[in-house]
Amino acid sequence: MRHATRNRRRERFWESFFRKICLAAVALPLLILAGLLLNVLLDAAQRIDWSFISSYPSRKPALAGILPALVGSFYLVSLTAAIALPLGIGAAIYLQEYRGRSRIASLIEVNIANLAGVPSVIYGLLGLGLFVRTVGMGRSLIAGACTLALLVMPIVIMTAREALRTVPNTLREAAFALGATRWQAIRRVVMPQALPSILTGAILAISRAIGETAPLIVVGALTFVTFLPDGIDAPFTALPIQIFNWVSRPQKAFLYNAAAGIVVLLATMLVLNAIAVYFRHRLQRRWS
Amino acid sequence: MRNTLLISIAVASLTFFGCSKRSNPGSGGAGTAPKAAIIAIDGSSTVFPITEAVAEEFQKGAKARVTIGVSGTGGGFKKFCNKETAISGASRPIKEKEVTLCKKNGVAYIELPVAYDGIAVVVHKENTWVDSLTVAELKKLWEPSAQKKVTRWRQIRPNWPDQEIHLFGPGVDSGTYDYFTKAIVGTEHASRGDFTSSEDDNILVKGISTDKLALGFFGYAYYAENKDKLRLVPVDDNNDANGKGPIAPSPTTVADGTYQPLGRPIFIYVAKEAAARQEVSAFVDFYLSRGAALAAEVGYISLPPRAYTLAKARYATRTVGSVFAGHGSKVGVTVEQLLSGK
Repeated sequence: MRHATRNRRRERFWESFFRKICLAAVALPLLILAGLLLNVLLDAAQRIDWSFISSYPSRKPALAGILPALVGSFYLVSLTAAIALPLGIGAAIYLQEYRGRSRIASLIEVNIANLAGVPSVIYGLLGLGLFVRTVGMGRSLIAGACTLALLVMPIVIMTAREALRTVPNTLREAAFALGATRWQAIRRVVMPQALPSILTGAILAISRAIGETAPLIVVGALTFVTFLPDGIDAPFTALPIQIFNWVSRPQKAFLYNAAAGIVVLLATMLVLNAIAVYFRHRLQRRWS
Repeated sequence: MRNTLLISIAVASLTFFGCSKRSNPGSGGAGTAPKAAIIAIDGSSTVFPITEAVAEEFQKGAKARVTIGVSGTGGGFKKFCNKETAISGASRPIKEKEVTLCKKNGVAYIELPVAYDGIAVVVHKENTWVDSLTVAELKKLWEPSAQKKVTRWRQIRPNWPDQEIHLFGPGVDSGTYDYFTKAIVGTEHASRGDFTSSEDDNILVKGISTDKLALGFFGYAYYAENKDKLRLVPVDDNNDANGKGPIAPSPTTVADGTYQPLGRPIFIYVAKEAAARQEVSAFVDFYLSRGAALAAEVGYISLPPRAYTLAKARYATRTVGSVFAGHGSKVGVTVEQLLSGK
């Protein structure tokens, strides 16, 4: 009897101990994140206003703005998404729906998983050799977008494939039993179920693309541009590059600009993700 | 909704395959001018603030569009010798390897000094013992054989404390590191490896200002902006011909050549082919006439007026080649001496 009470007490101790550990695991990163955000916001408050968003770079920190970088990043990420999402989702559908358990499919999947771990600067070098030089796109917006698309494609493929995998096989079989072709089953049954999770993967991919600096520098993103890109073959700059430039300047006022740039970058990312979340929500409602 | 999705996928794929079609090789190069004339510039992050200032002022009065990238002195020369840019910024003279590459691709260049930059040696604010260092002492501290051996202040001078010395320096890809090693150790790109390095000089400032036992070096502009946090170490080159005893860097001592060997000129290289373009030529003229004031404004040290006159003459006659002949930096020579070929 006493033995049992002691046992129960010990269980209760471990129960609450584990709970606290898990709580700490959530709280610690949140606290660090809050500290970082606060730090950035305080610095950014010195500079951020409409003129910061609508101005071109300048040697005078108080006049320098982020417009070309903001527009550049926006075009870049939109183009990246337009290239990477259809190709990535298409590849995932092929691998999962048409090549379900074949050996080739799993071999390809292992390789894609490895690609996801390749350092981003390597993709930059690939982009430089392939898109900039061989294909002849030059150091342009489209070359940057194609490179970033390659970079995020593994994420898109893996998350999309995972999403397709969670659709129960019984649903597909039911569709076939009703006489649906594979295309009809995918379009009417599998995709509606999987799309919300696929969009979650898209959000991850977009977030990654917008923060990348190293591959863009290799591909040839510029630091000082005083005009907006007027086509997909135009030279460009992007937010992380402008921020990096300001962070490394000696004058303190440029550090405030960098902080303000970081806030703009975060806001842009939130807007882009909000669009994806909106679509996810809408699709979920429509198909369920 | 489903149809919209399919359409958007189709449009997106068309965009992708469209991008390979739009390629038009040859455009964007230095020689040909696409759309509104673009003056493509790349190169050193040290030269960037000056070029940025010049470009900003230049564009107020001209239609040409100036774009500036920052891929470092070496990265800049790679593009420059590949005919991708018209002008390249460099915080050290062009190297043998780059000279060869340019020659192979038929790129002739005009070398123009645009400002001075001093490399400041600094310690923590509360470091009370270091009042100066000689070049020999700096060499003893930074040469490759010092690695893991020279680790305490006392090993530099016996009356300094028996405490660890913590070293900070710019990343090994920077022109600043190249120049410092050439001037102090004697061989470009050779130093001990056990020091804290960062491509971002602000990190070095932070590191040194929070570590009492620290010693480090970086561009003078970073000291000028952080005077309250750091202490400057005067450097003695044991050569009385250019100023007696230890000399601290300042706009005066760097410009008159007494802060040696750590004062250095920084350059732009203009492709001769691109200089034939009216807008590039106008930009370079503007650079050489307004550069002095703008360099000072963004924290660099202007060359003496005579040096700009010599540089203008060099540009006007389109004198190609490097006065350094690919042998790397020359230590202890002023820009006027270099340009007048003495």
